[in-house]
Amino acid sequence: MYRIRFHGRGGQGMKTASRILGTAFFLEGYEVQDAPRYGAERRGAPIFAYVRANDQPINERGVITQPDLIIVADDSLVPVPAAGVMTGIDQHTVLLINTDEDAGTWKHRLNLDCEILTLPAEAKERDELRFIGATCCGAAAKLLGVITRDKLQQAITEELAELGNDVIEKNLARALHAYDSMQAHEGCVQTTPQADASDYNKPAWIDLPFEAARISAPDIHAAANSVEIRTGLWRTLRPVIDYDRCNRCWWVCSTFCPDGAIKVVDQTPEIDYDHCKGCMVCVAQCPPHAIEAVSEQQAQQQELAQETAS
Amino acid sequence: MTRKLLTGNGAAAWGARLAGTDYIPAFPITPQTEIIETLADWIDKDEMDARMVTMESEHSMITAAAAAAASGIRVFSATSSQGLLYGMEMLYTVSGWRAPFVLVNVSRGLSAPITLEPDHNDVMAARDSGFLQIHCSTCQEVIDSTLLAFRMGEDARIRLPVIVNLDGFYLSFTREPVEIPDAEAARRFVGEYDPENIRFRASSPVSQAVAVLGGSPYSYFRYETHMAAQNGITVYQELADEFAEQFGRKHFAVDAYRCDDADIVFVMLGSFATKARAAVDELRKTGQKAGLLRPRLFRPFPAELFRKLLAGKSGIAVIDQNISMGMGGVLYAELAGALYGDPQAPPQLLSFIGGLGGRDISLEEFFEIAAVTRTAVNEKRTPPPQLLYTEQELREMRKLQAVARVERDELNNSGDMKHD
Repeated sequence: MYRIRFHGRGGQGMKTASRILGTAFFLEGYEVQDAPRYGAERRGAPIFAYVRANDQPINERGVITQPDLIIVADDSLVPVPAAGVMTGIDQHTVLLINTDEDAGTWKHRLNLDCEILTLPAEAKERDELRFIGATCCGAAAKLLGVITRDKLQQAITEELAELGNDVIEKNLARALHAYDSMQAHEGCVQTTPQADASDYNKPAWIDLPFEAARISAPDIHAAANSVEIRTGLWRTLRPVIDYDRCNRCWWVCSTFCPDGAIKVVDQTPEIDYDHCKGCMVCVAQCPPHAIEAVSEQQAQQQELAQETAS
Repeated sequence: MTRKLLTGNGAAAWGARLAGTDYIPAFPITPQTEIIETLADWIDKDEMDARMVTMESEHSMITAAAAAAASGIRVFSATSSQGLLYGMEMLYTVSGWRAPFVLVNVSRGLSAPITLEPDHNDVMAARDSGFLQIHCSTCQEVIDSTLLAFRMGEDARIRLPVIVNLDGFYLSFTREPVEIPDAEAARRFVGEYDPENIRFRASSPVSQAVAVLGGSPYSYFRYETHMAAQNGITVYQELADEFAEQFGRKHFAVDAYRCDDADIVFVMLGSFATKARAAVDELRKTGQKAGLLRPRLFRPFPAELFRKLLAGKSGIAVIDQNISMGMGGVLYAELAGALYGDPQAPPQLLSFIGGLGGRDISLEEFFEIAAVTRTAVNEKRTPPPQLLYTEQELREMRKLQAVARVERDELNNSGDMKHD
């Protein structure tokens, strides 16, 4: 049985990518199971989707813990524990990442002895990002080696039917380009057998200790919560205030911010980037257009360059 | 018949469509919403001839569903979790009206703390409501059970509302290959609904029952409802036979998998039972005689079938994806009640609780459950209920608690929300 996991951010089309791959498998005659796991159910938050395919009915269910192939649409998710990108990765797993860096860097960084591949460099470009799902499933199809170009095309056409021909054509172009670009690695994904009842890792069950409500109640009694959960990492775009243009109205951006992530000090708005999710509502609302949307990735690179320089 | 990839939610919508539903009162809740979205889309495109009304709550939704059913039309609705609980008062009320309709519940763990992922505590809360319950294990069963549910509820020997239960995420959002029955054949199977004396009509006011009853007449109505529910066993089996004959798929009241010669048997409800099925296959490869019993029908409870199917077995492991605080697993207690005193009852009946809020139950855990059960059989001693939880999970929990502690200290001490 093939077990494949797609990781991305809400809005990047990982669910659609998993469905396209699922449908392609189905068209090739496989039994299939595909499903998304939404997590925080917010744009930009980590999500994943998974596909199982087998030549007989599938009884396994739920999250894949022994992935044969992991596809990562956004490399900034790799170090985020909540994203679970590395869950169950082992020597046999193929890891395919959308990244500016090379596979060797990731191999060294993660200290992994599995195969690491990168998507075509252009997939990382801003204008290409909205097609990242198509790129991911196209590349995955080739790595699996059991999905023909025809069936991939048919799957994309079926799954995106409601979006019209223009969208289908654009996604087809990216998916097929990614498919062809993986030629050298065709069929590199290997399946692994499931656990064997005669020789298995015993689950490390414990007797859960009783703990008083002071510890075990699911409460944080405080004026606010989730301060330690940096939801700012969901951001793909960053709002940046141009204080030369800001007319110090003191209320518009901070009032419209749905996350309470803008506070005003001395009539000057400040954005709490730890908790700004990058929804761009402030950008849309600011009357003098003093807030600009900047690519988060570029902003981080600039910050890094500044820190390195100083 | 078309075979295509469908989510459990899509399958539920297809069931409602193929049954010729007339009216759908609706209220959204994750992970059920896709069902009503799908139906709304079909109605909008004139692919389905039904009326949908979005209500302001599940309480109103259940009331509207039963009121519409009391006018003799075919009614479908869907909810989940807190939504089912919010409608709970009316759930108990409308079953007493003896007006049948089908309610899909997409199981999701209950608050607090909140989760979006599944367990069965929501549908267990409806256990004593008078609604019959069919539990599904695959997306195929969702579509087929919805058709069966209409027939069962509308049967003159029953005439009660029916819940079709499917697990959130593991079925609701999971696509699997599903055979969509031919529309004509499905319609023929479900048949025309004969509402008999149910006849609310616009512009002709009538009253529904009397306001207050003493214990004796009250008991009569309650007992009659109970007996109607119990008729569900016979009626369901007839219907399952008819369904199998017509569509080739067998959905019997209790799904017995490799049980005939088994000595150790898993008993569980819902979608995770397919994992138990995989575990049975693996255990069999090593020579262990394992089997699985999965009740599809939970209300009425197929006690007699369980007694028959479990007669002479050595050890039973009941895996509950629910927890009754201060008691334990609901299915375990019900099965114990069904088996007690039966001379053929298995000597060891073990309880395992797992899969709460979508927590996985791994293949290795099923192997271990079988091993623990075998040990109990050999030692002739029943261990206390096992709450499935691993060392690793407690480590992760400790990490969350540490974060919460830091956060609490920070918020309480600084009085400043900004984190630097």
